[in-house]
Amino acid sequence: MTQLAALLLADGRFPAGGHAHSGGLEEAVTTGRVHDVESLGSFVGGRLATAGRVAAGLAAVACAGRWPVDALDAEAGARMASPAVRAASLRQGRQLLRAAAHAWPIRPVTVHHSVAVGLVAAAAGLGAVDAARWAAYDAVMAPATAAVRLLGLDPFEVAARVAALGPAIDEVAAEAAAFAAGDAPVEDLPAHAAPWLDLGAEVHALREVRLFAS
Amino acid sequence: MPHEDHFAAAAPDGRALRIGIGGPVGSGKTALVAALCRSLGGELRLGVVTNDIYTEEDAEFLRRAGVLDDDRIVAVQTGCCPHTAIRDDISANLEAVEDLEARHRPLDLVLLESGGDNLTATFSRGLVDRQVFVIDVAGGDKVPRKGGPGVTSADLLVVNKTDLAPMVGADLGVMERDAVARRGTGPVLFSSLVHDPGASGAADWVRAELAAWRDRA
Repeated sequence: MTQLAALLLADGRFPAGGHAHSGGLEEAVTTGRVHDVESLGSFVGGRLATAGRVAAGLAAVACAGRWPVDALDAEAGARMASPAVRAASLRQGRQLLRAAAHAWPIRPVTVHHSVAVGLVAAAAGLGAVDAARWAAYDAVMAPATAAVRLLGLDPFEVAARVAALGPAIDEVAAEAAAFAAGDAPVEDLPAHAAPWLDLGAEVHALREVRLFAS
Repeated sequence: MPHEDHFAAAAPDGRALRIGIGGPVGSGKTALVAALCRSLGGELRLGVVTNDIYTEEDAEFLRRAGVLDDDRIVAVQTGCCPHTAIRDDISANLEAVEDLEARHRPLDLVLLESGGDNLTATFSRGLVDRQVFVIDVAGGDKVPRKGGPGVTSADLLVVNKTDLAPMVGADLGVMERDAVARRGTGPVLFSSLVHDPGASGAADWVRAELAAWRDRA
């Protein structure tokens, strides 16, 4: 059951609202920064190194369960400069917990997505490294899927790019799990940011024409 | 926790009836929603959720039509997949409905308009209590015969823009015969919002469904 949970939760077909979010990719496409598989590769690599790493750390510690959820949620919020990103994160966190509450014993509350990932992983019997890997994978897969839809990129090539990120995702997950197993204060969690993603999210939220919620 | 929590109770007690309005692009879904708001706005407490493909065009149309207060109309983005948002992963739409209900509790009726899609797009029963599928005569009088889940399984089939039938050479008799063949006893309504701006037939159907739903709940 436990291993199935890891597959089910990371699957884009799990009904947790992810299909409407592009992880900033739509704005990157609109402004021409991402236009082919190569530039998509740079984008998702950058996202893994920033938002993905932050989310993985938070998911791992939330899964470990040694810190109050309120404190972790505050740490998550403090790591997102853009109000649009924070709003999208809360919405996705709430939608994930809503969907997961049907399958596992967990109370649906409104917390940031990365924290929700950790809480759901714990409820489903997964470990901190699984939670972190899921968070990191999600940070990459959301924009990758959106790029296939928005740019009509070859889906095989895009899937291959994501597959090639396997070692990098594993590394991020292992680092997050190590943090969760240690005794450093949560304030010391990774706090990387990508200013362009934050600025882009604010512009995107005001655009009249957009397909994705974020 | 500083965030606002308002998950709906699992039971339908006290919540509004949710009716989905689906159908192909340009068949008149938004116009039907506006007409229903006009007809029912005086007697029912209403909310509307739109699923625009690209913009807030539909939500804006409804706001401009002045049929409801602006904050009773909510738009949902669907990430290129209008059918996913009403069928496979309904979470964004559920949230929108619950936000509306939390803001304007109590509501009697929430109309959810899907993004214009194809003949296979239907609403999840986890999202709506009833669904209306809207096609129009200008889309071709073969559409009822082509069937698909929208035509065959919707609780009400509306064949819209009947005033255009002579101009596009659509045979309403053929459409009715095929619709009945596909739907059995399921209701079919021919409608022209030019001649009947309040969509009185659809409004009567909504009233009857609301009464039946309340009796059951």
